[in-house]
Amino acid sequence: MIIKKMLILISAGLAVLLLISACTQKSNTINTAGSTTALPIVQAAAEAFMDKNPGINISVRGGGSSIGIKSAINQSIDIGNASRKITKNETDLIDEKQANLIETAIAKDAISIVVHKDNPVTNLTLQQLKEIFSGKIQNWKEVSGFDKEIIVIFRDVSSGSFMVFNEVVLDNSKVKENSMRLASNNAVATAVSYTPGAIGYIGLGYVNENIKLLSIDAVFPSSKTAQNDQYKLTRLLYMYTSETPRKPAQDFIYFIISDEGQEIVEAQGYVRIMQ
Amino acid sequence: MNKFKETMFKSITYVASLFTILALFGIIFSLFSEGIPILKIINFKDFLGSTAWHPTSNPPDFGILALIIGSLVVTVGALVISIPLGLGSAIYISEIAGQRTKEIIKPIIELLAGIPSVVYGLFGMAFLSPFLIKVFGIPTGLNALSASIILGIMVVPIISSMSEDALSTVPKSLREASLALGANRWETIMRVVLPAARSGVLGSIILGFGRAIGETMVVIMVAGGAAQIPSSLFEPVRPMTAAIASEMGETAFGSPHFHALFGIAVVLFFITFITNLITEFVFRKKRNQT
Repeated sequence: MIIKKMLILISAGLAVLLLISACTQKSNTINTAGSTTALPIVQAAAEAFMDKNPGINISVRGGGSSIGIKSAINQSIDIGNASRKITKNETDLIDEKQANLIETAIAKDAISIVVHKDNPVTNLTLQQLKEIFSGKIQNWKEVSGFDKEIIVIFRDVSSGSFMVFNEVVLDNSKVKENSMRLASNNAVATAVSYTPGAIGYIGLGYVNENIKLLSIDAVFPSSKTAQNDQYKLTRLLYMYTSETPRKPAQDFIYFIISDEGQEIVEAQGYVRIMQ
Repeated sequence: MNKFKETMFKSITYVASLFTILALFGIIFSLFSEGIPILKIINFKDFLGSTAWHPTSNPPDFGILALIIGSLVVTVGALVISIPLGLGSAIYISEIAGQRTKEIIKPIIELLAGIPSVVYGLFGMAFLSPFLIKVFGIPTGLNALSASIILGIMVVPIISSMSEDALSTVPKSLREASLALGANRWETIMRVVLPAARSGVLGSIILGFGRAIGETMVVIMVAGGAAQIPSSLFEPVRPMTAAIASEMGETAFGSPHFHALFGIAVVLFFITFITNLITEFVFRKKRNQT
C-alpha cells in the first residue's frame, strides 16, 4: 500500500516538474551561462531588465567562458558569456557545426596589481612586472623595495585574467616555477593582505583598503585610464549569440550596451566599453 | 496482488542497483575516452615523469609529476597528523574512557566528519595561514604544511571511529587473558588488543588516505597552487584534484589541456581504485579469519 502511495506521489511530482519546465521553455525566457568574471554584470543587468520587462525571465548561470561559448555554439542557451575571445579550437567546432557566432563586447575590466600594505614600492614598469612574474627578479630590494623574498600569486592558469596577463605582461615567457595559483579574485586579495612579500593581480572591483594598489608605468588603473588605454592591463568581456538570436535575447544585449546597462557595469566595479 | 507487489518490489530494487553500476561504467568510460587522447600529444613517460606543467603557455607543457608529488606530500602529511590523533582517541575511547566520557567524546569527534570541506578551507585560509606566517616567519602561509594540517583534522574522525569499532570487537577474553598473565594495561593494549584489531585499523588508515587524496576544496583554498616539487613543507604545492577542479572551468572543450586534465583524473582514479582494492582485500582477509 505504502509503495503504491509513494509511486503515485512520485509520478505526481514528475508531472509537476514537467509542467514547470514546459512553462519555462516558453519564448520569453532567456538562458545565459559562461564566464564567472562577467557573472556580476549579467546578474545585475538581468535583474534590472526583468524589472522593466515583467513578462521576461532570465536564467543566469556560471560555468566558465568555455562552457558559455560551447553552449552558444550548440544553441543550448541564448547567450554565452566569456572573458576572452573564442579560440582556434572553438572556431573549428563552429565550422564543423556550420554555425556562426556574433560577438558583442559588453564591458571592460582593468587588471590591478596589488601588494601588501607595508610594501614601500608604489610603481612598477611593465618590464619589471614581467621579470617579477617570470621569476627573474626574486627580491623586493631589486626594485628599490625592502629586503624580502617576492611571493608571486597568479590566478589559475585557465582564468580569463591569466590569459590577458600571459599576453600583455609575460609576453609568453613562462611563469615563475614556485609561483602560487589561487582560485578567485577574493582568495588573491585575502592572501596578499596578510603575506608581507606578496604581489598578485585582481579585478579592479576587488581592490580594498587592506591591500595596496600599484601604478604600472606610472598609470593607476581607473575607469578613465582603462577606457583610453593608458593603463595597459585591460581586457574586454563578451557575449556570444547565434547569428539569429531570439528577440528577447537581442533586447537584453542592447540593454546592457545601452547607457543604462553601462551604468550597471560601472556600479559592479567594471569599466564602460565607451565614453 | 501480493505476488504482483513482490515482483514489482524486486524489479524496482534491481533497477536501482543496475543504475548504480551503469553510472559507474559511464563515468569510467568517459574518463578514459577523454583522458587517453592526451597520449597523442605527449608520450606516456613525459606525461607522468616531467615536472613542467605549463598548460596555457605556447608551446604548452603537460608534465604532471609535480602534481602527483603535491598530492602525495599533502596526503602523507595528513596521515602523519591524523594517525596518532585518530588512533590515540580510538584507544582512549575504546579501552580507557568510562562509559559516560565515551558517550560524550565519540559523537563530538564524529561531528568533525560532518563539517563541509569548504568550511575547513575557509578556516585554513583566514586563520591557520596567517598564524603560520607569524609563528614560523615563513614567506607564505598557503603551503603543503597548512594543507596537511587541515586534511589531517578532516581524516581524524574516519580513522578514529573505524579503529574504535575494530578495537571494541576484540573479544574481552583476550584482554582478560593478557591481564591475568601479568601484563599491565599499556602492554595489553599495545601487544594484544591492537595486533588483534590490526586489519580494521589498517583499513581505516587506507580509507583516510583515500579521503585525503581525493579532497579538492581544501587543497584549492589552502595548498597554494604552485606546480612544483616542494623542497620543504613550507612551500606551496598543487595537488592533482586542485589542478583539475580549478582549471577545467575555462578550458576549451576538446583542447590538449582539456584531455590532460582528464588524464590526471585517470591517474587519480587508478590511485583511489588501488587503495579501495587494498581495503577490500584487508577486510576480506579479516572476515575469513573470524
